[in-house]
Amino acid sequence: MAQRIAITGLGIISAIGDNVQQNLSSLRTKKSGIGSIQYLQTIHKELPIAEVKHSDAELLKLAGIKEDSGYTRTALLGMIAAREAFENSGGNNNGGKRTALISATTVGGMGSTEKFYLDYIDLSKSGDFEKYVDAHDCGDSAEKIADSLGIKDFITSINTACSSSANALMLGARLIRHGIVDRVVAGGVDPLTKFTINGFNTLMILDKEYCKPFDKNRTGLTLGEGAGFVVLEKLEDAQRESKTVYCELAGYANTCDAYHQTASSPEGTGAFLSMSKALALSGLKPENIDYVNVHGTATQINDLSEGNAMIRLFEGNVPKFSSTKSYTGHTLGAAGGIEAVFSALAIHHNIIFPNLNFSEKMEEFNLVPVTEVIENAGVKNVLSNSFGFGGNNTSLVFSKI
Amino acid sequence: MKAYIRGIGNISPQKTFTKEEFLENVVSYNNNNMLFCIDPVYKEYINPLQLRRMSRTLRMGVTAAKICLQDSGVEMPDAVITGTGFGCIEDTEKFLLALLHNNEQQLTPTAFMQSTHNTISGQVAIMLKCKEYNSTYVNRGFSFETALLDSLMLIEEKNAHNVLLGGFDENTLNLHATTSRLGHWKKENINSLELLNSKTPGSVSGEGAAFFMLTDKPDENNYALLKGLSMLYKPENKSEVEQHLSNFLKSNNLSPNNIDLVVYGINGDVRTDHVYYHLRDTLFSENAGAYFKHLCGDYYTASAFALWLSANAIKKQVIPEAVKLGKAPSGDLKNILIVNHYRDINYSFMLVSQC
Amino acid sequence: MDALIAKLKTQIIEQLNLEGVAPDDIDADSPLFGEGLGLDSIDALELIVLLEKNYGLKIENPAEGKKIFSTIRSIAEYITANGKA
Repeated sequence: MAQRIAITGLGIISAIGDNVQQNLSSLRTKKSGIGSIQYLQTIHKELPIAEVKHSDAELLKLAGIKEDSGYTRTALLGMIAAREAFENSGGNNNGGKRTALISATTVGGMGSTEKFYLDYIDLSKSGDFEKYVDAHDCGDSAEKIADSLGIKDFITSINTACSSSANALMLGARLIRHGIVDRVVAGGVDPLTKFTINGFNTLMILDKEYCKPFDKNRTGLTLGEGAGFVVLEKLEDAQRESKTVYCELAGYANTCDAYHQTASSPEGTGAFLSMSKALALSGLKPENIDYVNVHGTATQINDLSEGNAMIRLFEGNVPKFSSTKSYTGHTLGAAGGIEAVFSALAIHHNIIFPNLNFSEKMEEFNLVPVTEVIENAGVKNVLSNSFGFGGNNTSLVFSKI
Repeated sequence: MKAYIRGIGNISPQKTFTKEEFLENVVSYNNNNMLFCIDPVYKEYINPLQLRRMSRTLRMGVTAAKICLQDSGVEMPDAVITGTGFGCIEDTEKFLLALLHNNEQQLTPTAFMQSTHNTISGQVAIMLKCKEYNSTYVNRGFSFETALLDSLMLIEEKNAHNVLLGGFDENTLNLHATTSRLGHWKKENINSLELLNSKTPGSVSGEGAAFFMLTDKPDENNYALLKGLSMLYKPENKSEVEQHLSNFLKSNNLSPNNIDLVVYGINGDVRTDHVYYHLRDTLFSENAGAYFKHLCGDYYTASAFALWLSANAIKKQVIPEAVKLGKAPSGDLKNILIVNHYRDINYSFMLVSQC
Repeated sequence: MDALIAKLKTQIIEQLNLEGVAPDDIDADSPLFGEGLGLDSIDALELIVLLEKNYGLKIENPAEGKKIFSTIRSIAEYITANGKA
């Protein structure tokens, strides 16, 4: 029997709140974080986005940083959410546990790079902007998060596009099972940047209205930003120390659609494989799943592909499902982490969160997401999907202890 | 955890993509401290319809993967895992400059969709129709190392028999200029082969794409056995490095006198090379040494070049003249230790042994 | 129309980086996508930008692009009907 992996800490900052409590309250009250652009500097003001409602200067304060020696929005969001998770799980009182930090991000420090890049490459210029030069790559935010928590034993970053932070959780569980570390702070972070909003805009997959996952009239995704982290440790350690265990990470799988660089296959082969393999590892059967936190980006292709894969996996009896991206927007490299926090909350509080902005079911199949909050929902096992560019698909299974 | 190296494809600033040559004729660079890869004929590896869109790093990465697959004889790996510090930086720069110069208008998607770090692992999977495990690590001097660790774990879990593992980073003029602000590169122009003679701060920038087929199956054609891997983050001082390294050898039932060759990541930066020299004076005072960054330059995933070098040295039982540092080994090359660090922050140690 | 077709061929070769393809290799009436030239959905997005940049024509819905981009001639006809070329 493989080592059981408990989730003992949760941390999040997103468009619907600065911490777990605020996020939970927004989810319960159907308060979406999507709105018009306030902070991001871009000409695309017509597009709705899901911003964390703070300037970089405010985030510095929230992160407890006195002087900005080169902290990007990425590092700050990550530090805030990772610290909440770490402290929620007991922080540094760890009795010599070897601890890892695994962070995922797709844009790294691009938010700062895009502000100063023309200065960076003009070597006749110098100035305060130079403090961000070393913050461009993805590892910068991971190392800043680790340093802020005093984690040294193992540090890495993952970028598999939109499945990145689900892979961070998966790697974390495996590191513990291999005995490489005892405890892992795992998750991901992505800020909104001009780079991403323009990139997705060239692909013509941004909805001009609030995203409508699994709706017949969906026309694309809404971008969001934030960070979500969890603390993973051995279930036996957590129980011995009488810690709060939100749930266990019972299954995980990473597969590849191997179909197209940016589009998933219509039949959702990779998605089916990642869900069924994750289920197999958890030892559960499809009918044991009470809720699916779908990837549900609200693009034409994703929802069709994911829906088909669910129908195949659940043989038509698809359990209750929703896309919480209708609250947070698509937070890219943070999505898997944020949705892991939501999945853990669903189990811990026995609640299912709705899929906002849904009005009409898709023509291709008879799937209707949950549209109202369900309390006392009997949530024991949750499946969470994260799919990304390059065909990277990862599914996680969370179970009640 | 261990795995055999079954096949290799390496594109670097040296002519490393053919199996026949092993650094007999090295190329020197006198190019403002920048090294760029020697290109194979990409058309021989990638069809024109795909090639037209590919940036340099994509061509390098996909081709190195193809060479590795051919070399290994494995048609379908059970996983594709890559490590890269900066990802597809040329496409990133292209899209970024276009959006800055055109004020976010009339942008096209190709550079954006190929700018993400997992483009190569995704492209290789699409090319092979490989629907299995696929991941990409992006943490500076731990990028290739974490990819390697993940590969070893998959093999130990019996979730994979054959893993296609890659490390890649590309150099660009703008990247070199930008990172020169961090003092990474020498101010005076040097000949790359004279890297160790300068005794000044900074190194030379480089690039490369190296892919390895790791397997759990013994075979007489295997290059070497990858026996151990360890990482160390921000050590307090040299003795912490020394202690960590001793423990690493012990955990593999080895002591310094079992090591026939130590491959050091010496990069000519007088501010940080002293750690290597310290290890050479203490733990490895009796051991033969080698270095390699004068051949490939320094970059986040340069340790992949060192792994190529070590695996070939074991298989061919040869240490190329161009990499020798200090005395030559006395007997067979049974165990090679790679010691590398990136800017005194990300340390990694790999143990490569005879099969 | 013939001049526009010739110009479009050159522009498409350049925009889509069709190395080794000469304007004469492209038949104005052959399909550009799938079987013919082998273009895909990303190329369609590139062509949308090409029309915007060079002909001031904005296609809002990528699905609409599919019809317009079926052959070089259909693109030329669309430009003649809607554009200032």
